[in-house]
Amino acid sequence: MAETVIETHQLTKEFVRDAFHVVALKEVDITVVRGEFVALMGPSGSGKSTLLHLIAAMDRPTSGEILVLGQNLRSLNDRAIAKWRNAHIGFIFQSFNLIPVLSAIENVELPLKLTNLSKKERLEHATTALQLVGLGDRLHHLPRQLSGGQEQRVAIARAIVTDPDLVLADEPTGNLDAGSAQEVLTLLSRLNKEFAKTIVMVTHDPHAAHFATKARHLEKAELLPEGQVPADWK
Amino acid sequence: MAIPVSYNLRNLVVRKTTTIVTALGIALTVAVLLAVLALVNGLKTAFQSSGNPLQVLVMRKGSNAELSSGVTRAVFQDLKPMTGIARDGNEPMASLEMVTVINLPSVDSPAGMNVTLRGLLPMGVKMRDGLKLQDGRWFGAGQREVVVGKSVAKRYPGARLGQRLKFGRGEWEVVGVMDGGQSSINSEIFGDLNQISSDFNRPDGLSSVLLRATDEATVPALINTLNDDRRLGVTAQTEKSYYESQTSSGAVLQYLGIFISIIMAVGSSFAAMNTMYAAVARRAREIGTLRVLGFSKGGILTSFLLESLLLSAIGGVVGCLLVLPLNNLTTGVGSFVTFSEIAFNFRVSPGIMLTGIVFALIMGMLGGLFPARSAARKEILMALRDI
Repeated sequence: MAETVIETHQLTKEFVRDAFHVVALKEVDITVVRGEFVALMGPSGSGKSTLLHLIAAMDRPTSGEILVLGQNLRSLNDRAIAKWRNAHIGFIFQSFNLIPVLSAIENVELPLKLTNLSKKERLEHATTALQLVGLGDRLHHLPRQLSGGQEQRVAIARAIVTDPDLVLADEPTGNLDAGSAQEVLTLLSRLNKEFAKTIVMVTHDPHAAHFATKARHLEKAELLPEGQVPADWK
Repeated sequence: MAIPVSYNLRNLVVRKTTTIVTALGIALTVAVLLAVLALVNGLKTAFQSSGNPLQVLVMRKGSNAELSSGVTRAVFQDLKPMTGIARDGNEPMASLEMVTVINLPSVDSPAGMNVTLRGLLPMGVKMRDGLKLQDGRWFGAGQREVVVGKSVAKRYPGARLGQRLKFGRGEWEVVGVMDGGQSSINSEIFGDLNQISSDFNRPDGLSSVLLRATDEATVPALINTLNDDRRLGVTAQTEKSYYESQTSSGAVLQYLGIFISIIMAVGSSFAAMNTMYAAVARRAREIGTLRVLGFSKGGILTSFLLESLLLSAIGGVVGCLLVLPLNNLTTGVGSFVTFSEIAFNFRVSPGIMLTGIVFALIMGMLGGLFPARSAARKEILMALRDI
């Protein structure tokens, strides 16, 4: 049986915004096994990003349990979480979030700065990652000298350079044109198929979800049972 | 391993206008402090280079300056045969001197500044070891002739070689210019003791006696003997300690300068703080991203603090460069001890420049601490949502 990578139990996140009590995620039970490419789908405000943030330990749940790679995230302090995230998680943002003053290779090298690798090893790893995403000839370009699609591919290289167990993507094609989106999704699919990376991707685009091996839908802060789609889903 | 320094350096370059303006503010603050320190340092050097540790200055009991002291020829005659006084041939190395001030119009102050006039005997000139004649010749006995210190010649157009000065009962010819090294002799005018004392109508109201001890060991004994002899009514100290105590005329300047620098530093720290808060606000999303990549809160704090320190270090270096042209520039300051002007050079020493850099770094540290802390405390999700 495949190894469980993510397991949540009655996971709930509530917060107060402008005196309103908001339930962002309600009693979610989800399991993701190694090698899956899961698309988390749902309309805005359905709680899909909140779930992703909880998996990445960027936020803490109000109640319920979350185990990622066998680690109970609630038991770790800030420093340990930072270290854990660096070692096990690769994160891809909707708006790429590259550091503007650093070149492509420097951006990709950044997470490796927290490892024990030598400068030479870091640069080798970063170069390999950039070659993998097809940007071997753009190593020293600054983000502003790249197209949106190329920027997102640099961000993907940065997410995989530490060889993480889990890649999390938050609307990775949200800011891209159709052509670039296709490239990015093909790349994620390749990472899943050829390199057996476990990927969880948040998207509201049904086309993007086709690249995933499994889609799970959220509606009004609740996770729908597997295979079920919202009533108004087209 | 931490966030690379190149990240901070490039961010400083990217927002170059703010960087330049902030660094310039720090640079000016550093420059003001360093100018004052260089001035005080120059003044100290002038006084500390004056005086020979083997020589003892004798003044009337209770006097703390030659100008307010009074010594008679009879006392001088009593002092000369004392034991422990070195001899030059047959003559004891003792110099009876008269000190007063005369008013001369200067480059900076056409209305006139006080300059120390010293009447002395040939032995007195001989006892100033480092003293050299730079131009002309020494004054003649019984003549209305003077030799001026090189700073006097430089700063007072009327006191250059060949010019005539009007004081006492007639006109005095400047027959020479002397070079006293770094000492305060450069700010004095030397002339014949007898001629000066008669011109000022003080034939027996002289100022001080300078004695040279045979060796270092006899100096304290000689001082004790002189201080203990009630008959003489004099107070004695080494010539060196006398000049060192005069450095106090720089103290007011020093405190005022430091006070102004601190006020300016508070302003510059706030400017640095403002710049760094703006940087933190603008780079909120980068901070969030770095945190997601695994950099700790401490790493973020260090990085932003380092950026502030880099910014202030640039200011510190520029501040040092700004005051460097002051080095060796001659200026004068009125002394409350001699009631005359002492000319000296600004001395921008490596130690002073280091002080400036440290001062700048303190400003950077104070200005950067709160913004860096706010950067480190940002919640990841809040930071990422900030655009």
